[in-house]
Amino acid sequence: MNSEGASLGTASAKTAVVYADDYLNKLTGEKIERECKLLLEEGCTELVVDLSRTEIVNSIGVSILLGVIDTASNAGARVIFSEVNETTVELFDMLGVTRHADILDRAA
Amino acid sequence: MPHDKSLNIEDLQYANLTESAESRSKLVHTFGALAELGHEVASRSNFQDTIRTSLHLILGSLGIMRGGVARYSRFEHEFNMLAVRGLGESFPLSLELCYEDERQFLTNGLAPIEVAQAAVLPFFQVYDRTFSASRLELFVPLVIHEETVGAIFLGEKATGLPFSSYDREIICAMGRHIGSAIAQRNLLAEIERRSEENRRLYDDLRMTYSDTVKAFAAAIDFKDKYTEGHSVRVGKYSEIIASELGWNADEVEGAAVAGYLHDVGKLTVERKIINAPYRINAKESAELNKHPSVGFEILSPIHHPYTDVPLAAKYHHERIDGRGYPDGLYDRQIPYIAKVVNLADSFDAMTTDRPYRRRRPPHEVFDDLHRNSGRQFAPELVTAFMRGMLKELQGESKEKRFRKLLGREYMEAEGLASSLRNILNSMTPTSPLTRISVGQAHG
Repeated sequence: MNSEGASLGTASAKTAVVYADDYLNKLTGEKIERECKLLLEEGCTELVVDLSRTEIVNSIGVSILLGVIDTASNAGARVIFSEVNETTVELFDMLGVTRHADILDRAA
Repeated sequence: MPHDKSLNIEDLQYANLTESAESRSKLVHTFGALAELGHEVASRSNFQDTIRTSLHLILGSLGIMRGGVARYSRFEHEFNMLAVRGLGESFPLSLELCYEDERQFLTNGLAPIEVAQAAVLPFFQVYDRTFSASRLELFVPLVIHEETVGAIFLGEKATGLPFSSYDREIICAMGRHIGSAIAQRNLLAEIERRSEENRRLYDDLRMTYSDTVKAFAAAIDFKDKYTEGHSVRVGKYSEIIASELGWNADEVEGAAVAGYLHDVGKLTVERKIINAPYRINAKESAELNKHPSVGFEILSPIHHPYTDVPLAAKYHHERIDGRGYPDGLYDRQIPYIAKVVNLADSFDAMTTDRPYRRRRPPHEVFDDLHRNSGRQFAPELVTAFMRGMLKELQGESKEKRFRKLLGREYMEAEGLASSLRNILNSMTPTSPLTRISVGQAHG
């Protein structure tokens, strides 16, 4: 998992991209959570979680992502998911994750 | 209009299909989480990790924004938080309960309680503000086998929808798993606590027993002013023999106790006979010779942690050639512990001053042991005893057990080590204790 600055969002927003691994479970999820917390502490206002390599998100992954969304929201930041596969989009919709975070380039 | 009607039906069919596909996905997702939770609880992971993972699984399976898992302490009457997510830093680590809360939770069993509708209970009144600030919606008492073991606190669903009956079923099923994990942990902690308590009690008991044994030994020795410390020394020599024989710690301790108590029967013998500064006559000797049997009678009703302590007292004057007393037993008829004590007792008798003679010099004592090996003493015990002393003389054992018992001067008698080696070699000819050093050949 890597994170890097990116030029997404509004001009004033400080955006960072976090890349998730192929399977978002406890181990990889906690790594993302730690990374996101650090970025938020550094003043990041837009967190892009890139799920292009992620095939499966399990319940632990969902819980961790909801935690990231909650922490970001409390810090006045927002979370955007990018490159999300169809199955994960369906899962996020079903569980209400997409009510609290946007999905970039979502198919209509 | 018919066209419109047809469209409505298609819409409905599509809606039904979508709904059924979503239900399937939901089922697959939640059952996956349930299976993972079952696996986590059954695994031997760290308890804290298990609880943290369980909380993730319950929140992630239903898309719940925040929550926590607590363990109930029945001694403190409080919930102690084990894992928390998103409840805020001000959420307390411990939440107290009153008797009424406990009763109600038990009656309620493992079913979710709506926090908003539970204001009648003192618990929800006391923590009303906290729960509101943390946006908690459900509280699940974890009642396992009619005992409250913990609780789950759950916030709002990410969908913004209320918890459905399906959600509640899933929460109950997961709660049962988490409750079982906590109950199992409690049981383990209780077993560990009791086992520690038992160990302490056992140690206390052993200490008391050991103190009593030593007090008895002192009482026995007090009666005989010429053999002061005899029982204690016999205990220590027996201990040395037992450890040289490779006995385990308990057996070595048992041998020491047998040595300490071997003369307990002397408590009933008249002091003037024991302390006679002359060779006692036949009548007095008969009186004195009753002490092994009397010792046996004194020690038999006591439940000793070590076997054969009374037998050691009864037979410590038996000889393997059958010429001992009280029963004139032969070799294998004599309990082994009695043979050990017999050797220790005889050695101490030879190496201490008596009213009618001085103690005998070391070479003479070891010659005596050697000569009587196979007559009075079991040969392997004699060799074990001598081996122990030789080790000390050669500096192979750090403990100076013999030196403490016999004195420095006695142990430094000239040629003692080589004399012991010779005796040992003659008694165990197949494994002579001769050191062969292979040096470089000189041309």
